[in-house]
Amino acid sequence: MNAQEIIRSIEAEQMKSNLPIIYVGDTVKVGVIIQEGGKERTQPYEGVVIAKRGSGINQNITVRRVFQGVGVERVFLLHSPRIESIKVLRRGKARRAKLYYLRNRVGKATRLKQRFDRAL
Amino acid sequence: MSVGILGTKLGMTQVFDESGKAIPVTVIQAGPCTVTQVKTKETDGYTAVQVGFKAVTQKALSKPELGHLAKSNASPVRHLREYRLEGAGEFELGQQITVDQFAAGQTVDVIGTSIGRGFAGYQKRHNFKRGPMAHGSKNHRLPGSTGAGTTPGRVYPGKRMAGQLGNSRVTVRKLTVVRVDAERNLLLIKGAVPGKPGALVNVLPAKIVGR
Repeated sequence: MNAQEIIRSIEAEQMKSNLPIIYVGDTVKVGVIIQEGGKERTQPYEGVVIAKRGSGINQNITVRRVFQGVGVERVFLLHSPRIESIKVLRRGKARRAKLYYLRNRVGKATRLKQRFDRAL
Repeated sequence: MSVGILGTKLGMTQVFDESGKAIPVTVIQAGPCTVTQVKTKETDGYTAVQVGFKAVTQKALSKPELGHLAKSNASPVRHLREYRLEGAGEFELGQQITVDQFAAGQTVDVIGTSIGRGFAGYQKRHNFKRGPMAHGSKNHRLPGSTGAGTTPGRVYPGKRMAGQLGNSRVTVRKLTVVRVDAERNLLLIKGAVPGKPGALVNVLPAKIVGR
């Protein structure tokens, strides 16, 4: 077994197999496990995927939402055990890989057209 | 100091701990190493254990090397390293040293050869600032002053200048062992270790200085 195969096998032990296919522009709901005074609970976070990065175990997505007038972006490591669930709510139409231009838009201009050719 | 182990750096990845945090780890394939010589106070003036690592064909070694290994009935090995320790007498010739001696959570020192970058200039080697690139400036990557003039009339030793960068022995201290895989002879160590994948690294229990 060579070096790459050994490293891949270590990564494979921890990777999730049930991840949905996520595209940039999708609206997703992420269930994040958070610690609250010794107790664990799942907190949902909903927003638009504006970037995908990395591959294999390091794959992550950036999810943006506007909360109380303030833009919030969170980066989620998809294979992390802290991410309990990911659900695609809506497929959006995006013509580029990184939707950073949404940061400069407010209100109606931040909407993305829905696309129906991709299954949820 | 106790006996360490020799291994090959395989590369880096990340693992998740119990709390779900991603920990960057270096994967090292270490051992099994064979004890090729036990040095004693009487014969050598100090006590140490010499271990060999990485099997090679017989023709890769010279006759004196093969003769030395024949004393311990060891198969031909590429690398020989020594560990100075008090209780060297407990080790026998031909004894195998495996990753079993390490446990998850233990701190280790890792010795290796850093990546060679050749003859490097001031900016790359010592993080000097560069001069302006435009507006008529010709001082792009020059060192600036190297010291005072007539007094002392020389450049002080240790003045940082251009030269060989990397390809030198580097010790990274107090790294944590995250996981030990005895089946595949793997050590997962938190953080980076010197050298590229495929490089020889020397992993030994952390040397705690002071107190």
